[in-house]
Amino acid sequence: MEPTLKFFSGFAPNDLWFMGEAALRTLWISVLSISLGTVLGTLFGWMLYEGRRAATLTLAPVLDVFRSVPLIIQLVLFYNFAPIVGLNLDPFASGTVILTVYTAALVANVARGGIEAVGAPMRRAARSLGLSYWQDLRHVVLPIGGRAVFPSWVGVALGVMKDSALVSVLGYVELLKASQILITRTQEPFLILALAGAFYFALSYPVSRYATHLENRWAQ
Amino acid sequence: MFDYNFHWRPVMKSLPDLLEAASLTLQVAVLAMVLGIVFGLCLALARLHLRGTVYWFATAWVELARNTPALFQLFFFGFGLGAFGLHLSPYLIVLAGLTFNCAGYLAENFRGGFKAVPETQIRASRSLGMTPWQAYSRVVIPQVFRIVYHPITNQMVWAVLMSSLGMLVGFRELSGETQFFASRTFRIFEYFAVTAVIYYAIVKVILLSSRLMAARLFRY
Repeated sequence: MEPTLKFFSGFAPNDLWFMGEAALRTLWISVLSISLGTVLGTLFGWMLYEGRRAATLTLAPVLDVFRSVPLIIQLVLFYNFAPIVGLNLDPFASGTVILTVYTAALVANVARGGIEAVGAPMRRAARSLGLSYWQDLRHVVLPIGGRAVFPSWVGVALGVMKDSALVSVLGYVELLKASQILITRTQEPFLILALAGAFYFALSYPVSRYATHLENRWAQ
Repeated sequence: MFDYNFHWRPVMKSLPDLLEAASLTLQVAVLAMVLGIVFGLCLALARLHLRGTVYWFATAWVELARNTPALFQLFFFGFGLGAFGLHLSPYLIVLAGLTFNCAGYLAENFRGGFKAVPETQIRASRSLGMTPWQAYSRVVIPQVFRIVYHPITNQMVWAVLMSSLGMLVGFRELSGETQFFASRTFRIFEYFAVTAVIYYAIVKVILLSSRLMAARLFRY
């Protein structure tokens, strides 16, 4: 059906470029917050494991909040809270901060599980062989525990990559926001959504398959 | 430091409305979970026992649900179906999106649960004279239920958290209602802070009641 009045322009090759750029922004904010969040989360996980009473009373409930409140609410809250304390953050910075803390909250549990997965006898053996506490962490706990929880970490990372779509509520033009803008202009929702979905799928599916593959191989 | 006056009164005045919206959130999440469990079971069984088109349909559903952002799925049910002239109400968009997502994630949990029960048990119960239905309902299902109980609880929490995306498709559940009030009064931080507390409380109640139920269900 050819519209007689053209309010909307069709999907042009230029728009693919626009979407590609937005996809890169999705990738960039995900990579940044996943890496920062993993480092922070590993630290939290170690604190939860070692700090016992003190950490479980203070850190654990705080991390729990980030897991029990919808990410979208966290984003809006932080974005509107930052100016109150005199911080002027753009959507990208606010999004990165919240995604990082959110990742850290999820990774903390994974990391603690990883440390717990390494049995106490093994660690005692390592210490008896003359390894220092940090050497034990670096050369015994990291390879063994890391391997045990690697698949769950991949799950968390992919989850955060998908959840990065929510940063669009702050006005950060990532892939899904870009699609929405294009849909409004071109009125071709199906094609554009399919493209966006295909991008996420192409990113997430191989990685999750690879993680399952590794899990199965290591389980043997 | 604080150059900002907090105004909690408008929030308190609309608290009854917010709580009503929270019940809508809970309603759509529970409904999506019930449908998700039904569809998830079908998908899991289809992937385990069937071949051909049905198998590929179930696999495509599961992989799409797990490898694309939930927001993308909502947009798809919102705008995507609009391309075919099918316009759902915001309530149906959220319900369909959540059901699609939950079914995909639950299907994988169910599949793992069914796989964990050795097939020899079915053969054993069949040779004891049970009908296939009896074997399933008295031997297999109780064991599977025990395995998938915690994943179901987690998914329920996710369903509540995910329903907050309704805000972006114009559904006036807890988040949507909050945004409506917030943009009317410009008390964005205050409104979203209260909403965060409500979500936190809902999640805690779900987890607590799940734990109490588990204590009763799995006593032996």
